[in-house]
Amino acid sequence: MDKRSRSFYVLACFFALFLVFLYGPTITIAILSFQGPQGGLTFPMRGVSLHWFHDLFEQQAVGDIWGSFSRSLLLGLMVMATTVVVSVMGGLAFRKRFPGSGVIFYLIVTSLVIPSILISLGVGLIFSQSGLPVHWATSGFGSQLTWTLPFGLLIMFAVFNRFDKSYEEAARDQGATSWQTIRHVILPIIAPMLLGVALFGFTLSYDEFARTLLTAGSYNTLPLEIYGMTTNVTTPVIFALGTLTTGFSFLIIGLFLAVVVTLNRRRSRLGSDAGQGLV
Amino acid sequence: MTDQTPSLPHAASARAPRTDSGFSLSRLPDAVTGWLLSLPLALVLLFFLVLPIAMIVVVSFWGATEFSIYPAFQFDNYEFLLTSPVTYQVFFNTIKYAVITWAITLVLGFTIAHFLAFHVRTQTWQIVLFLLCTIPFWTSNIIRMISWIPFLGRNGIANSTLISMGVIDEPLEWLLFSDFSVILAFVHLYTLFMVVPIFNTMMRIDKSLIEAAYDNGASGFQTLTNVIIPLAKPGIMIGSIFVVTLVMGDFITVRFMSGSQKANVGRLISNDVALLQYPSAAATAVILLITVLLVISILLRFVDIRKEL
Repeated sequence: MDKRSRSFYVLACFFALFLVFLYGPTITIAILSFQGPQGGLTFPMRGVSLHWFHDLFEQQAVGDIWGSFSRSLLLGLMVMATTVVVSVMGGLAFRKRFPGSGVIFYLIVTSLVIPSILISLGVGLIFSQSGLPVHWATSGFGSQLTWTLPFGLLIMFAVFNRFDKSYEEAARDQGATSWQTIRHVILPIIAPMLLGVALFGFTLSYDEFARTLLTAGSYNTLPLEIYGMTTNVTTPVIFALGTLTTGFSFLIIGLFLAVVVTLNRRRSRLGSDAGQGLV
Repeated sequence: MTDQTPSLPHAASARAPRTDSGFSLSRLPDAVTGWLLSLPLALVLLFFLVLPIAMIVVVSFWGATEFSIYPAFQFDNYEFLLTSPVTYQVFFNTIKYAVITWAITLVLGFTIAHFLAFHVRTQTWQIVLFLLCTIPFWTSNIIRMISWIPFLGRNGIANSTLISMGVIDEPLEWLLFSDFSVILAFVHLYTLFMVVPIFNTMMRIDKSLIEAAYDNGASGFQTLTNVIIPLAKPGIMIGSIFVVTLVMGDFITVRFMSGSQKANVGRLISNDVALLQYPSAAATAVILLITVLLVISILLRFVDIRKEL
């Protein structure tokens, strides 16, 4: 291996600074959330305590955080499941062109680039004008899908564009029906990518703000609750909440990554039966 | 995600008609299969994308009293919007944010992607460093905005560091609640949307092309401008579409990071909504949508996205 050029070290420093820029603020509020009871929103730290985390568990102090957390969690799981199923179906459909596929494709792109507040406003208007109550599990759920589905579909398009069709042909040649081919050949091959879609579905929903703003109704999701707090809470309790929910996000991401790594290990260990004399 | 080795030439697809047995999707015509499989997707898009846009267009012609809105067909909302100097100022501001953020994220994103794609040698490290860049994307934007306060505030880290270093005598006021903090937050939130597509296209560049350029005597800079940038253009365009549309449609970052002192189109809409002036909000939304679609159609001229997936 030849020697690193000077530009490598310059760029490496640049990259390191970028990571500091990316993570610095989050780490700062994580530290500040351990402020002592007399501390404020900035340094210096006036002692170290769990005071503000403790505050989060007192219902009256800061609104309905735990209610909104459980709603966000449930909504995230709903959006995640729907995103995975609909994206896989859409990905399978788009492997061949069919009449109307172009229109749907451009709608997906539109869904991705349309300002979120338009979805929020439009869905809110439809529900209110037709007399339906806006609710996080109906209007909120649908609005979030317009954000998570494009990501899921883009991943599926990328996956299927790189999918080696000869596996399918092989299955078909051995007499598998389409459903059997999907169930026993395609799905196992794309499984790690499906976890990626699931991760996108869950986290994008869990953190979604703009598309839920006018569509969640009277029960807030967690991001809406936090947004409400920014206007009237001036203590580090908001940092404590931020730290907890970021920690929760990291936990979810870590969980997904761990599953992917395990799956890949298992697959490289058990995946190939070459040389084992199996027919 | 590098390309797999291309599969064998598809002799199979040119072969005689398949002989499937039992019920299967493939016995249906391709078009019907496609429709059935994309039906849930189409329904979601219809009810939560197409109809809402249609509704906004319809309501933009309605009238409003202080408490309610009523169906009508009048151009009052547009007339008011298009004759008000505030509108033009706010649109100018929106485009200013978009252009500045785009330029900064492009330079940052390109440099980061270039480092990851061409300077990091093992794939494991590439994946690890790439993941480090993408993880913040999966956390809350609002929390990430809030986390700038202890940095930029009057008594924040930036000011106290600068004062203790003797660079300034009194706290800088423009660090927080200003254009500066708004753009800083945009860059912080959205650089990733540049890094990912550019990195993706760079990973597909055949390394031998770069060696060929060097062998023919090109300098590092010439290789960059004549080989890498043209080949990475699709990624650059996709990243640009993301960043520009996200910034143009934003309302929360501007509200939060400017302490409600600056305005963009998104805030204009959300303020109208807060005052229950839905028709006026809808008219502004229509104009915003047209602007965004115009910008995208220009950017799409440089790239065929269906080909890039």
